[in-house]
Amino acid sequence: MREKLLTILTSEGRLPDEEIAERLGLTAQEVADAIAEMEADRVILGYRALVDWASTDVERVFAYILVEGAPEHGVGFNRLAEHVARFDEVHSIHLTSGTADLTVVVEGRDFRDIARFVAEKLAPTPGVTGTSTSFVLKTYKLEGKLIGETTASHRLAVSP
Amino acid sequence: MSVQQRPERISKLARELRPSGIREFFDLVVGMDDVISLGVGEPDFPTPWRVCDAVIDSLRNGATSYTSNRGMIELRVEIADYLERKFGASYDPEEQILVTVGVSEAVDLAMRVLLEPGEELLVPDPCYVSYGPCVEMAHAVAVEVPTRLEDEFRLTAEAIADASTERTRGLLFSNPSNPTGAVMRREHLEPIAEVASERDLIVISDEVYAELTYEGEHCSMPTLPGMAERTLLLNGFSKADAMTGWRIGYACGPAEIIEAMTRMHAYTTMCVPIMAQIAAIEALRRGEDDRARMVAEYDQRRRVFVNGLNRIGLECFEPMGAFYAFPSVRNTGLTSAQFAKALLRDQRVAVVPGPAFGPAGEGHVRCSYASSITDLREALARMETFLARLEAGEVDLEQ
Repeated sequence: MREKLLTILTSEGRLPDEEIAERLGLTAQEVADAIAEMEADRVILGYRALVDWASTDVERVFAYILVEGAPEHGVGFNRLAEHVARFDEVHSIHLTSGTADLTVVVEGRDFRDIARFVAEKLAPTPGVTGTSTSFVLKTYKLEGKLIGETTASHRLAVSP
Repeated sequence: MSVQQRPERISKLARELRPSGIREFFDLVVGMDDVISLGVGEPDFPTPWRVCDAVIDSLRNGATSYTSNRGMIELRVEIADYLERKFGASYDPEEQILVTVGVSEAVDLAMRVLLEPGEELLVPDPCYVSYGPCVEMAHAVAVEVPTRLEDEFRLTAEAIADASTERTRGLLFSNPSNPTGAVMRREHLEPIAEVASERDLIVISDEVYAELTYEGEHCSMPTLPGMAERTLLLNGFSKADAMTGWRIGYACGPAEIIEAMTRMHAYTTMCVPIMAQIAAIEALRRGEDDRARMVAEYDQRRRVFVNGLNRIGLECFEPMGAFYAFPSVRNTGLTSAQFAKALLRDQRVAVVPGPAFGPAGEGHVRCSYASSITDLREALARMETFLARLEAGEVDLEQ
C-alpha cells in the first residue's frame, strides 16, 4: 500500500485523502493513517510545489557542483556532506559515483550568489579538495514532469 | 459539373453493409466545442517513449523494407514468449503466429478463412462493432447471442447452445468485453469450452484487453483443456501498450488456420509495416513496467468513475476489464440514443448509445474511462447536472 500511496503522492501531492482512498479502493481513514505513519517515519519529508521558475518573474538560479573531497577515517564523506548540507544555499546533496565524490545542487537568486557561496563557503570547507560548477541554463524536465508539456489530444472524439 | 451517382456499380454486399452506429454519433460530436468525450475507444496515454525511440533509431538505420508475410521472426518469438509467460498459452512462432494490421485485420482474415457462404457465426449481443460486418463481408451470417445485465453481459453456455444450429461454425467474442467491460473468468469460460467441444465449434477469442484485467488474472481461452486445437487467439498492442495508431496485432492458432490466413494476408497486405513491428518488439521486450503503470492508472480511474456513476444514480455493475463502463440509463425513461443525444446537447458529454453494439445494449450507454481523472470528474459533474435538469423537465428532448 505504501508504494501505491507514494506513487500517487509524488505525482499529485495535494490530493485529498478521500480522493486517494477512492482511487485505491481504501477508506479515507486507512489513507490518513498510512500517510501519518510515513510522515512519522520520515519516509515523507514534506510536500512542496514543483515550480518552473523560468516561467515566473522570480530570479532563481541553480548550479550542479561536483565536489572532490578527502574521506575521513571511519566516516568516509559523511561528516563533510552533513556539514555542507546545512548551508541554506544547498538544495540537495548526494554521495555519487564517478569523478566527483559529492554532487551538490545549489540554489541562488543569481549567478553571483552561487559564485560567492562556492568561493567563500564551499571550496574553503576543510576536506574539500576541488569543485567544478555547472550552472543550469535551461530545464527541460523536472522530477518526472516535462516543462511546457502540452496536453493536446490527437484522439478522435468517438471511436469503436 | 454534376457527377451522376451510379450506386448499381457498388456490390450488393457493400451497399447493404451498414455504417457503424458509432459513426453517426461521431458526426454529431465533431464541430462541438468544450465536449468531454467518453466515447473514445483508445488509451489517452501516448505510446511509451522507449517504443517510439526504438523506431526512430531503426529508421536511422534504414529499416524501411518489407518483412516476412507472417511478420518478423524476432517479433513472433517475442509474442510466443509473452503469451507463454503471461497467460500460459503455447504457440510455435514458426507456424502458429501471424502478425496482422491490428486485431481488425485478423478478424477479417479469420472470417474469410473459416466461413463458407451462408454459414453462421455466433457473436455476443452487444459486442465490438466490427464483428457482425466482418462476418457479412465473408458472405456468412452473424447470429447474435443475447447477453443479460443479470449475467453482467457475459456469454453463457446455455445461450450459445440455444443460438446454435447445424450451420453454426463457431463463436467470436472479446474477453474482456468492449463495450461492457465485463470479464469472463475461468469458471465462466469452462462451460463455453464444453459446448464448443460438444458441437465442434471454433472459438475466435479476441483478448486485446487481456492485460486490462483488474483484480485477478486473465484466463486465456486456448489454455483450457482441449481448446488450443479449436481456438484462434487474437491479441494486439493497441490497448495495453497504447499503440492504436501503429495498427498492429496478431493471430495465434492451429497451423493450418494460420497458414491459410497468411496466404490471404500475403495477397492483400503483404506484411505489417516494419516500423510497427519494431515498435511491437520493443514493447514486448521492455514494456512490462509501462503496461503496469498504465493498468494501475486505469484501475484508479475505474474506481472513481464507476463509484461516481452509481452515486449520481446511473446504476452500473463493476466492470473488471478493458476501460469501459456500461451503465443503465433506464431509470431516466429515455432510450439509449435519446439519453446520449440529450446529454451531448445539454451538457456536452459524449457517450455511445448501447445499441451501437447490438440490440441488447438498449437501456445502456458505453462510457470510456480512458481519460484523465480531472476530465472524468468534470464529466460526472455534468452528468449529475443533466440528470437533475432532466428530472426537473428542463432538458429539451425535441432538438
